[in-house]
Amino acid sequence: MSKYAAVLGADDASAPVNHKASFLSTVKKDKKALFGLITLSIFVFFALFAPWIAPYDPTAMDFDMMLPPSSTFLLGTDDLGRDLLSRIIHGTQISLLVGVSTVAIALVFGVAMGIAAGYFGGWIDMIIMRYIDLQWAFPNFIIAVYLVAVFGAGLLNVIVAISLAFLDDFARIARSMVLTIKEEQYVSAARVSGASDFRIMWRHILPNAIAPIIVQATVSVSYAILGEASLSFLGLGVESDTPTWGLILADGRSFISRAWWLGIFPGLAIMLTVLSINFLGDGLRDHFDVREVKDV
Amino acid sequence: MSRFLIRRIFGALIVMFAVATLVFIMLRLVPGDPIAAMLFDAGDPDAVDEIRAKLGLDQPMYVQYVKWLWYALHGDFGRSIYGSRVEVSRLVVEALPRTLSLATLSFIVAIVIAVPAGLIAATRRNSAADFAVTFVAFIGLSMPDFWLAILLIIVFAANLHWLPAIGYVPLAEGFWPWFSHLILPALAVGTAFSAIVARMIRSSMLEVLNTEYMRVARSKGLSERSLVLTHALPNALIPVVTVIGIAFALLMSGTVVVENVFAIKGLGRLLIQGILNRDYPVVQGAILVVSAIFVFSNLLVDLLYSIIDPRIRLQS
Repeated sequence: MSKYAAVLGADDASAPVNHKASFLSTVKKDKKALFGLITLSIFVFFALFAPWIAPYDPTAMDFDMMLPPSSTFLLGTDDLGRDLLSRIIHGTQISLLVGVSTVAIALVFGVAMGIAAGYFGGWIDMIIMRYIDLQWAFPNFIIAVYLVAVFGAGLLNVIVAISLAFLDDFARIARSMVLTIKEEQYVSAARVSGASDFRIMWRHILPNAIAPIIVQATVSVSYAILGEASLSFLGLGVESDTPTWGLILADGRSFISRAWWLGIFPGLAIMLTVLSINFLGDGLRDHFDVREVKDV
Repeated sequence: MSRFLIRRIFGALIVMFAVATLVFIMLRLVPGDPIAAMLFDAGDPDAVDEIRAKLGLDQPMYVQYVKWLWYALHGDFGRSIYGSRVEVSRLVVEALPRTLSLATLSFIVAIVIAVPAGLIAATRRNSAADFAVTFVAFIGLSMPDFWLAILLIIVFAANLHWLPAIGYVPLAEGFWPWFSHLILPALAVGTAFSAIVARMIRSSMLEVLNTEYMRVARSKGLSERSLVLTHALPNALIPVVTVIGIAFALLMSGTVVVENVFAIKGLGRLLIQGILNRDYPVVQGAILVVSAIFVFSNLLVDLLYSIIDPRIRLQS
């Protein structure tokens, strides 16, 4: 393999993946996953310690309006004289909060639905699959927009809308995993030894179905962050006094011909976060050797 | 074939019926009284009752529901509650060609970028070019489309003044005016999709290049060019056809956002403006039409597969 292969990560026809190797040791060899992990850690650090890291109050207005990046204001100021860097650092909180919480909710409910459908079959499977098929006909972002149209804007509504939009992805993956796993001998063995349905699903099926679910979750976090940014940008997201990346871009949009920094840096923050998660997700995909993950 | 066809069309109709029902139920769950919101001045109860009666909201739920389905079936979604109270169907008919123009051009842009990029990456595997394509594809997937739109405006409209920053001109007024207004939005919408397609073409080409029949073709002494273009590419494109379904999804979600950046009054802008203005008839109409586009393009893609791959229709 050439020098680039190492950077690109495990390739399509490369050596078989060692499932027992820990993910961290994989990351050390996979440079883009390593880049992803480091960049993401920086953003997580920003989110956790935003009030201490940000040089200024993100909402404090001042007469220093639309100043280009300088040593006082590293990324410049906006039309109300607010420090762009401080706003972007605080914006990390909402992006990561929405990204992680929506996927956590979608994962718990979606996987529960998928396992129940796959394990019990019959009418339970039919009802759940009808619902999943209905949702599957539409892209996640459109579903989130539809739901916000009904619930209205606001942080909580956005979280609910995006979580619901991702439900079908997890349900579908969990169900298809269960359908193969439940034919395994160890499941029959557990059943013969008198394990309850719940115990079989929780202790025997779920742990063996977890790899593709983890990969899907990683991909979904990046799409949730993009989704929240898009909703905020369109004015359908979080309340307008909270600094979020999408909203900062929407506010700065009218001034981009005079103040390019307002159009560049917030988007760069979104891209770097999403890129680092995608790199990490790709590393996980290679690590677990998972192929089928929805890319929308 | 005809049984498969009937089943699929029937399924699509059921999805549309479900969407129409959900739209009806959901907009009656909206917190707050939409009539009061429509009137701005909610103080006059007589005025509220009058509008309620006019809109048929004083009738029992099932009557409203049947009426809603019946009217929607005839393309009548009511009138916008703002300004001159334009019919929603007219707004939709005006918006549709804009969105379809944008989506089509985005698709073409994406394919024009993705096919050569994927081919180069696969045929020069592990080269600098392969590395560049893979890296740029990752960037393309990670860039929010509305940000890419802003970047394109900053570069090509605000600084270079090559292209207009906003608006839409119908194709009837000439190709260049139409194209110059749409090319930046199309780039913004198409990039994410081209990243997905480029990656798929790369990996599917790599698979095909490793097959026995490629080795036979090579040992026959065919030129590398004809190997790649006439033997490998057509086979590599088969799995790529399967992402065309995703294409509709991505391009339509993209147009919803990007139309709002470029102030193109398409379906996406209609939908978002409707939501922001709480213009419920417009929201209902836009949701139904956008959904119909999805359902019927999914149907079309399914039919396409069943023609390409007979196993699909034999299975069901």
